Amino acid sequence: MNVMTPEGYVAADGRRIGPVLMEMKNITLRFGGVKAITDISFEIREGEIRAIIGPNGAGKSSMLNVISGFYVPQEGEVWFRGAKRPPMKPYQVARQGIARTFQNIALFDGMSVLDNIMTGRLTLMRSGLLSQAIWWGGAEKEETAHREKVEKIIDFLEIQNIRKTPVGRLPYGLKKRVELARALAAEPKLLLLDEPMAGMNVEEKEDMCRFILDVNDEFGTTIALIEHDMGVVMDLSDRVVVMDYGKKIGDGTPDEVRSNPDVINAYLGVAHE
Amino acid sequence: MNESDAAAEGRSIPALMALNARRHASRPAYREKEFGIWQSWTWAEAHEETRALAMGFLALGLNPGDHVAIVGRNRPALYWSMVAAQMCGAVPVPLYQDAVAEEMDYVLDHAGARFVVCGDQEQVDKVIDVQERLKHIEQVIYVDKRGMRKYDHSRLNALEDVLAEGRAAHNRFEAELAARIGRIGYDDTCVMLYTSGTTGKPKGVVLSNRNIIETAKNSAAFDHLSQREEVLAYLPMAWVGDFIFSIGQAMWAGFCVNCPESAVTMMTDLREIGPTYFFAPPRVFEGQLTQVMIRMEDAGRFKRWLFHRYMAVARRVGPAILDGNPVGLGDRLSYALGDLFIYGPLKNTLGFSRIRVGYTAGEAIGPEIFDFYRALGINLKQLYGQTEASVFITQQPDGQVRSDTVGVPSPGVEVRIADTGEVFYRSPGTFVSYYKNEASTASTKDAEGWVATGDAGFFEEGTGHLRIIDRAKDVGKMADGRLFAPKYVENKLKFYPNILEAVVFGAGRSFCTAFVNIDLNAVGNWAERNNIAYSSYQELAAHPEVYQTIRGHVEEVNRSVAEDPMLSGCQIHRFLILHKELDADDGELTRTRKVRRNIIAEKYADLIDALYAGKDRIYTETEVTYEDGRKGAIKATLTIADAAVAGGAERMAAE
Repeated sequence: MNVMTPEGYVAADGRRIGPVLMEMKNITLRFGGVKAITDISFEIREGEIRAIIGPNGAGKSSMLNVISGFYVPQEGEVWFRGAKRPPMKPYQVARQGIARTFQNIALFDGMSVLDNIMTGRLTLMRSGLLSQAIWWGGAEKEETAHREKVEKIIDFLEIQNIRKTPVGRLPYGLKKRVELARALAAEPKLLLLDEPMAGMNVEEKEDMCRFILDVNDEFGTTIALIEHDMGVVMDLSDRVVVMDYGKKIGDGTPDEVRSNPDVINAYLGVAHE
Repeated sequence: MNESDAAAEGRSIPALMALNARRHASRPAYREKEFGIWQSWTWAEAHEETRALAMGFLALGLNPGDHVAIVGRNRPALYWSMVAAQMCGAVPVPLYQDAVAEEMDYVLDHAGARFVVCGDQEQVDKVIDVQERLKHIEQVIYVDKRGMRKYDHSRLNALEDVLAEGRAAHNRFEAELAARIGRIGYDDTCVMLYTSGTTGKPKGVVLSNRNIIETAKNSAAFDHLSQREEVLAYLPMAWVGDFIFSIGQAMWAGFCVNCPESAVTMMTDLREIGPTYFFAPPRVFEGQLTQVMIRMEDAGRFKRWLFHRYMAVARRVGPAILDGNPVGLGDRLSYALGDLFIYGPLKNTLGFSRIRVGYTAGEAIGPEIFDFYRALGINLKQLYGQTEASVFITQQPDGQVRSDTVGVPSPGVEVRIADTGEVFYRSPGTFVSYYKNEASTASTKDAEGWVATGDAGFFEEGTGHLRIIDRAKDVGKMADGRLFAPKYVENKLKFYPNILEAVVFGAGRSFCTAFVNIDLNAVGNWAERNNIAYSSYQELAAHPEVYQTIRGHVEEVNRSVAEDPMLSGCQIHRFLILHKELDADDGELTRTRKVRRNIIAEKYADLIDALYAGKDRIYTETEVTYEDGRKGAIKATLTIADAAVAGGAERMAAE
């Protein structure tokens, strides 16, 4: 692996990765007596594609929920852009520039693709309820500007043909893409993807991979993702955190992780003598 | 300015564009839907952009006589690139954008292109692939910047940057550009277009300014095209028709060319633009009709009744009203009501509300399909043409339209039928030569300028309309000497919505057999309504009930073929439904989706043997090519079915 400095490092494909964007310090999360996450620390750097992997029940989604502010850990600190983050509501976290997609799609089925993506811009809208309701003056101008951004994302993700289609009528793979579009609409610094390829066929997976790489490349968005498909994870990510039973058992480049004996044990099991 | 001025000044496409920039300065010339909005450019703006681009090309060192390959979907920037190349004295060579790298390799090599203008990253990748071998490709220019940031830009430029450079350098190049435009002669090459290559390697058809402009002038006058027309440019830019409609006629008449947002939004964009002048191959009209019928099946009972009631009225009197023939007052009233309730809204949904002239060509169109559109009051006509003729050979005048003819010779075109039945023509649009292929030029075009079409046909007594039977070389003899015209039968089969493609075999054999491709849209919808589960095309194609339906269609066709004693030998005795769709990527169809008979016969020789050997099942493995060029194999066991034949043919077979 390349030399890691406070300013960043050079990724395997030659991309320049920046300084630390988010840091998790000794996070522990409990539900009653059950420990979902035990004393985990890792950092996410600017411009990086960072994967969190692990067997079922390892605590990956809980970790993502801690990052997005949905769960507040009992112990440990979350540092974002050089400042310690106090306990926050998810919408406050969203305003800080963190957007996410969900494992089981959470879109508005009755609304068109365009409207769904527009909701991603909500945190950026400034005009008040009244002026939006009567759609006058600043509100109109603001919506036009937001629509322009949304159209650029529609163009980017190649979903022009379903712009006006209600989301409920779309196939699964496209819904996933619309969800990505909505997350992108918030212009996040950090994008969290919860199993973006789950349930997809090979072709849809390839498309999704391409879009994730393109997003990272074109917008410089930092991406943290959870994924089960090992091939995808190893191809896509710069660094991987491996979790098992709520503990961190590995952290490093895909090659390092792949040769880590603890990781091999967790995934393949080990012979007992 | 009037037409004679245009004739005096417009001796080249750049000259016509300059003329339009003056006479139609503020009228829209190009529109493109991007980011959800129609962006438009007036003639004056388009002319400025094109000139800047031409100066950018000069800055990159484009020389007179160079070939500039253009590959991408229909976009104003690519049309301007073609004209900009012409301004520099170079020759634009548009290529099919869905060609795989090896097909592109052949054409780029043959044309010796120095510059390639690409639509997006996908095309750039293909060009970079072949650049390893083809050292003559010096500059690659791309329109869409997406994904291009990390490429080596030493010989790669964004079109936007070329434009900017051209603008910045206008003081330096203004004089040179004017001189180059001034030197373009009427008989200089306007464009080089590659034939789709139904047989063998594609050939580069060289068309002069005279060819294109004379043809545009004649055909625009024939259909009274004016600057007020709107066309939708969605057919491949490499196809001669698009060049004539979107460049030749658009420049001559000064009308607006609209480019859709992407290939998949074409139907929505069609509806938004509502073109007045429209061209589509029969499959587009077929597809739309199938969609309408499927959606009507799902409609409520009252709507369905209304639809069928008024469509019956339209079928009875619609074509007559369109042709201006006398129709009774009662019928006229019914038709007017139908227009209010059904035809008007339907045309609006299809995007045909404003259509004044519509053409279809390339393949035979089913009479029911043709009549459906004419009944709605859409002036759909047929034309017959080819690349070598700058499209037009014959076309149907308003008021003399039928589904089984291709019309009378276009203005300025002479047509004669040889003793063999082959159709020959001579016209101002007749091509100059095949590029680097004198032998083919000589065998196609004789010293007097007559060109063999390769099609067999005859002029109908009385009306003087041309009828085409089949490709002259495909018309053959069966073992017992009876006439074998495969296309004639295939077209009859393809008129059924369930059948997408058919290939008939029988030359030199004692009876005819066929491969059938089902239409996944139509058959899939039928399966859904009848609760028939299937997981793949292959499984649906092999379903016994699907076989039953197709057998019904084949037997109906047999009865209709038997009515013509000359062709009764072409009835289909045995058939099978193919386990995969015939595909241009596998070389089975041309890029314009015409069946490549010999390649199919070679590739599926085992299936043909089985058809004639009397087997009723056959196991086969087929190699397929995916869109990204990888190869795979499909394995299947196919059922072979027998079909009843009518009349005399059965006796012959029994003997």
